[in-house]
Parts: sequence; structure tokens; C-alpha cells
Amino acid sequence: MSDTTLATRAPRKRSKRARPRPDFWAWLGICIVIIGLFFAAFGSFMAPFDVGQIVPGATQFMPPNAETLLGTDVLGRDVLSRLLYGAQFTVGVALAATILGFLLGMAVGFSAAEVGGRYDDFITWLIDVFLSFPPILLALIVIASLSSDLWVLIATIAVIHSSRVARIGRAVAMNIAALEFVEVARARGENLISILVREIWPSTIRPLAVEFGLRMTYSILFLSSLSFLGLGIQPPDADWGSMVKDNLNGLQTGAYLSVLAPAFAIAILTVGVNLIVDWLGSQSGRSISEELTK
Amino acid sequence: MLKLIAKRLFVGLVTLLAISVIVFAGTEILPGDVAQAVLGQAATPETLAALRATLGLNEPAYVRYFIWLGKFLTGDLGVALTNGMPLDRIVGQRLINTIYLALYAAVVALPLALGLGLLSAAWPESTFDRTVSSVTVFFISIPDFVIALILVLIFAVELGWFPAINPRPRWSDFFPTLGALVLPMLTLVLSVLAHIIRMTRAAVLDVLKQAYIEMALLKGVSKKRIIIKHAIPNALGPIVNVIALNLGYLISGVVIVEVVFSYPGLGRLMVDSVVFRDVPQIQVVAMVFCAFYVALNILADVGAIMANPRLRYAK
Repeated sequence: MSDTTLATRAPRKRSKRARPRPDFWAWLGICIVIIGLFFAAFGSFMAPFDVGQIVPGATQFMPPNAETLLGTDVLGRDVLSRLLYGAQFTVGVALAATILGFLLGMAVGFSAAEVGGRYDDFITWLIDVFLSFPPILLALIVIASLSSDLWVLIATIAVIHSSRVARIGRAVAMNIAALEFVEVARARGENLISILVREIWPSTIRPLAVEFGLRMTYSILFLSSLSFLGLGIQPPDADWGSMVKDNLNGLQTGAYLSVLAPAFAIAILTVGVNLIVDWLGSQSGRSISEELTK
Repeated sequence: MLKLIAKRLFVGLVTLLAISVIVFAGTEILPGDVAQAVLGQAATPETLAALRATLGLNEPAYVRYFIWLGKFLTGDLGVALTNGMPLDRIVGQRLINTIYLALYAAVVALPLALGLGLLSAAWPESTFDRTVSSVTVFFISIPDFVIALILVLIFAVELGWFPAINPRPRWSDFFPTLGALVLPMLTLVLSVLAHIIRMTRAAVLDVLKQAYIEMALLKGVSKKRIIIKHAIPNALGPIVNVIALNLGYLISGVVIVEVVFSYPGLGRLMVDSVVFRDVPQIQVVAMVFCAFYVALNILADVGAIMANPRLRYAK
């Protein structure tokens, strides 16, 4: 490779960007996410056994057979059924938390950019305080005081997201709030909410789309980790993280599938989301590495 | 520059104070109070009231906050509810164990990550770069506990090279301890490696796009010299930043790793105290974690200021 590549790389990439079309990897990511959403919505109806039901005649950690396609878990429950059932928590809670976190973060970040002054200073400081809090610690404290209720989990993850979304949202909205059409809207006498929703929001969708994907990945990983610690989704319900935790003993007896199936389900889903994020990132010219370090 | 660093330190302290409010408030809204927790469900209303009075629980919340903060600052951490042991001793020992593990991971991860990041930036879009990039996307995408499990499955269960459960580190057996801690160390390394590699690559590439690099190229300066002389010094700010942030992540990322490997560190202590709802212990552990996190954030900013002269003068 010659030295000139240093100088010529950027323009070549730009011309490629002109026609945004998902490549193979992006399509793979899209397919994975659609399948994940499908199982989240219908998985519990498709499951051959009930989530807490012990398969009749089954013992713990049975190998896969015709009745239980992925074998049984530590209590003799069907791994496949629990996997299908758990999708609604792993995917559903993550999605709900991400959306909620985005709404909150955008409301705070956009309004800080639009209103400015003392309010902006205060919000910026508040965001800094929340960002200097290790997320897992915030979650542990909240769960310690309010229990692992489903809505507590969703709200906690949403709040963790919102401070990061608010910071990026504020930065993006700052540039837009200075544009003429927003100036015109202000002169026209539009109120704050109308300016935020009708003028600023539409222009931020593209830059924030990448962020949404990253936040979604983070939600899935975070919820799974909490469940793995035994502080997330509580029995009799199960998500993929708590399934890994429940069946840890299976590693010693050689029943790897009961642990690896949910573990790989999480991994495949997050890789899928990240493939889309990478593609979106290359479209908007912001690399995933820039996003990841915010 | 000193003034700027002092200002950053002050902001850090204020942040820590704000965090202490959140920690205190978060643990104070527990249903039931400390008196109930100490005496259990069978306590009579009279003994409860008596203990509340001695513990000062009848004071308004903000008064209790300042009492708590005062005790905390003077080093009086109190005792754990679950076993009555003094918290400073428990937390001190656990903190040393956690730092031991985190430093071990950092010493392995940093040179590796910086090296791979630089090589990726030196040959962007090459096979090497693409390989590193896809592997890092993979490791960013899977949860730490899954990485840990796969490592345990391969190296502890199948190959039997390393133990899956780890004893407390002993200073007398320094090297055997390092050997026993390979799997938790490797898990932590893999969880931060990707971020540092990607950030290093992005920072160096960003510098390489600048006009003065093109100038140097046109002058006929060799690529090696451009990267070492021009790119690295200018990319140092963001790199130092991401290193400090990732060390902060190591300190809090140990929570999962310590639980998986039953390692007696601060992270596991935190999870245990949440499970047992040991409020004083939660408060102390949370504050120690946050102090480290804030300190590393300050370090990140100071590092960036030192590396980039343009930041030394406040606007």
C-alpha cells in the first residue's frame, strides 16, 4: 500500500456514500432484528410448554430430543419454550427502556439547546453528574430501594440512557436551533413544545438513529447483566440473562446447551443491532467508534 | 494550566457531593427503615421507636444526610447490618482485591489495545484493519458474562488450564495468584479492548486527515515518521481520555466478573449488599465506586489538557 492512500481515502468513501443501500451485513442485521421482534411479540404463543412448566417425565438437564428440541433446564423445564417466552422481556423491556430514555433525553436535551441560559447550564451540570455515576451502580441502588419490578427496571435503564441521549441531543439541537427556519418559527410565535417537536425534532432523526441503535444494544446487554446477577427479571418469569444464571450448574454436568442457547441468543441479537448501527453510521459519516466513546 | 486543573478538581468534588445526595436519597426511600432492618419483623413498636431515637431516624431527612456525610468524611463508616463487621475493614480489603484485578487487566489490555489501534490506523481498510474491526464489533456486542462463560467453558472445564473460581489474592504468592486470575483478567481485557482499539484508531485517523499531514506527505516524509512524529502526539488527548474512561469501566465492570468468578472484590460486595439490603454497606461501597469513577474522569480531562496545548487556555 503506497503513501498516497492517506490522502485519497476520504473522497473515495464520500462518493460511495451517495447511494445508501444496505449491504449484506446490514441486511443480516435487519433480518436478525425483525426475527427478534417477531419472537418478542409472538414467542409466548408459539412456545410448546408454559414458562414455569416442568416437562412431564423430564429430569434436569436432559439432552435435546423430539419433545424438547433444546433439552431441559435445571428444573426440567423446556429450554426452547423459555427462550421463546423470554424474548418478550429481553427484546421488549430493552425496546421500551430505549424509547422511553430517548423521549426523556430528547425532551431535556432539545429544551436545553432551545431555551439556553441558566436552564441550559443547570441541565448540562445535571447531565455531567449522572454521567459520572457508573450505570450499573445507579441501577443497583435503585433496585435495592425499589425492588426489581418490571417498570422499575424499564425506568432505571431509561434514566441511564436519557443523560447520554440528552448530551448528544443537546449538541445536535444546538446547531439546528441556530438555523433560520427555527428563528422564523420563534418569530411566528410558536411555543416551545411546538418548536421542539415540529422544527427541531425532524432534523435530528438521522444523526440520532445511530445513537438509538447503540442505546438499544446497551439496553439488551444491561438488562441481561442485571438478570444474570439475579436482580433483573424475577421468577417465575424469565429472560435470557436469568436463564443463563439459572442453568450455570449445567456447565459442570456437560449440559452446555441450556446455558449457551440463551447466551448466544443475546449475542446474536446485539450483533444484529450493531450491524445495522455500523451501516447507519457509515451512511451518516459518523463512525461507530466515535459514537461508542461518548 | 494549574488553574484549569484546580477548577476541574473542584467540579469533581461538587459532582461527588451531588452523587452522595443521590446515593443517600436512593437508599433512604427503602420501604421500612434501618431500625426495622436491624430488629427484624418481630420487633415491637416500642423497641423500634427506641432504636429509631438512638439512631437519629426521627430527624428530618436533610439533617440525617448531613450527619451521615459528616460521619463519612471523618472516616466513621459504621458497621455492616448483615454481620456487624466494621465497614472500613471490609471495604478496604475488598477494594484492594478489586484494584489488584483491575490493574492486572489494565496492564495487559492497554499496550495490546494501543498497539492494535495504531496498526489499524496505519493501514486503514486493509485486511488487518477489517479483521480487527469485525472482531471488536463482536466483543462489543456480547455481554461480559457470556465472554466469561465461554472462557470458563474452554479453559477451565474442557482444558483445565485455569481455575473457574478464584481465591483471594495473596501477596506472598504473587505469581500463582496471577495465574489463578487469568480468566477474570481475560474477561475484563476483552470487554475494554474493543473500545480502546476503536478510539485509538479513530483518533489517529482523524489526525491523519488534517492538511498538515498531507503537507508532510507531499514533502516526502515517510509514513512511519508521520505517524510517530505527527499523528500520535496529536491523537494523545483523545487516547488518554478513552484510557481513563475505560479504567473507570474496569472498576465498575468488575461487578459482573467478580460475581461470575466468585472473586472477593468490591463489585461482589455491592451485589451481595443489594441482595441483603444492607443499606450502610450499599452507601459506602457506592461512594467508593463513584469516587474512583469521578477521579478517573478528572484524570481523563487533565490528560487531555496536558496533551493538547490548545485546551490549556479556557475560552
